[in-house]
Amino acid sequence: MNKMSLKTEGDRFVVVTRRFAASPEAVYRAHTDPEVIKKWMLGPPGWTMPVCINDPRPGGKIRFEWSDGNGHGFYLTGENLEMEPYKRLVHVERMHLPDPTPDNHVETLFEPDGAGTLMIMRMTLPNEEVRKSMLATGMESGMAVSYDRLESLVA
Amino acid sequence: MQILDSSFAALSDPTRRAILARLALGEATVLELAKPFQMTQPAISRHLKVLETAGLIEQRVDGTRRPRRLAKPALDNIDQYLNTLRRALEANYDRLDNILAEINAPKGDPK
Repeated sequence: MNKMSLKTEGDRFVVVTRRFAASPEAVYRAHTDPEVIKKWMLGPPGWTMPVCINDPRPGGKIRFEWSDGNGHGFYLTGENLEMEPYKRLVHVERMHLPDPTPDNHVETLFEPDGAGTLMIMRMTLPNEEVRKSMLATGMESGMAVSYDRLESLVA
Repeated sequence: MQILDSSFAALSDPTRRAILARLALGEATVLELAKPFQMTQPAISRHLKVLETAGLIEQRVDGTRRPRRLAKPALDNIDQYLNTLRRALEANYDRLDNILAEINAPKGDPK
């Protein structure tokens, strides 16, 4: 079941919507509690997040470090800007590849949707140069390249 | 070549940067790349695969040869970026679904 939608908004933003079968409180916590974040915000199979820091208050620091277990990895830093518990998060983040990418400004909304939650995330669409750099590393936005491609790489 | 400057400053792997620099001089086969880099063909092939997946290089068919060359500057790599982002987010959110289900489940509830 494909519950996610991802669309561009003009040429500067990407808007992602996704429904979750859990309360806005639970989904919000999953986005702010480092112990939960590091269980799901991962890369391809085998990647882990050995360092996951998220100080959940305005001005609080964010630092995520990913590792492939073979000495390769990269990290992301950021700051929380606005936090309205269970409703809205605003933060800024940048990847270090190792040079920092331009700041990505991200707003995430958590809206009640029946018994679940509708999450709406609006982020900056990186410019062409940054997109190339991210694609070239095989990782971008702290996420993974597609599994099937990865499997063909390690086959 | 503009394609070789800051666009690739972020490339994490020095070998892949070097391969791109070599291909900027002209196309080359795996064998031709393996020599100067003193690497095995499978090792070179793995790097090429990463670069190809990233849309930075492409293969040309020339009889039995498969020379690699720099990809034509992407007219628009937005779609490629968005597709990668979409798959990555879907995988992460699927994982999150499972975690939320565990949190929701009563503690000690037998499966």
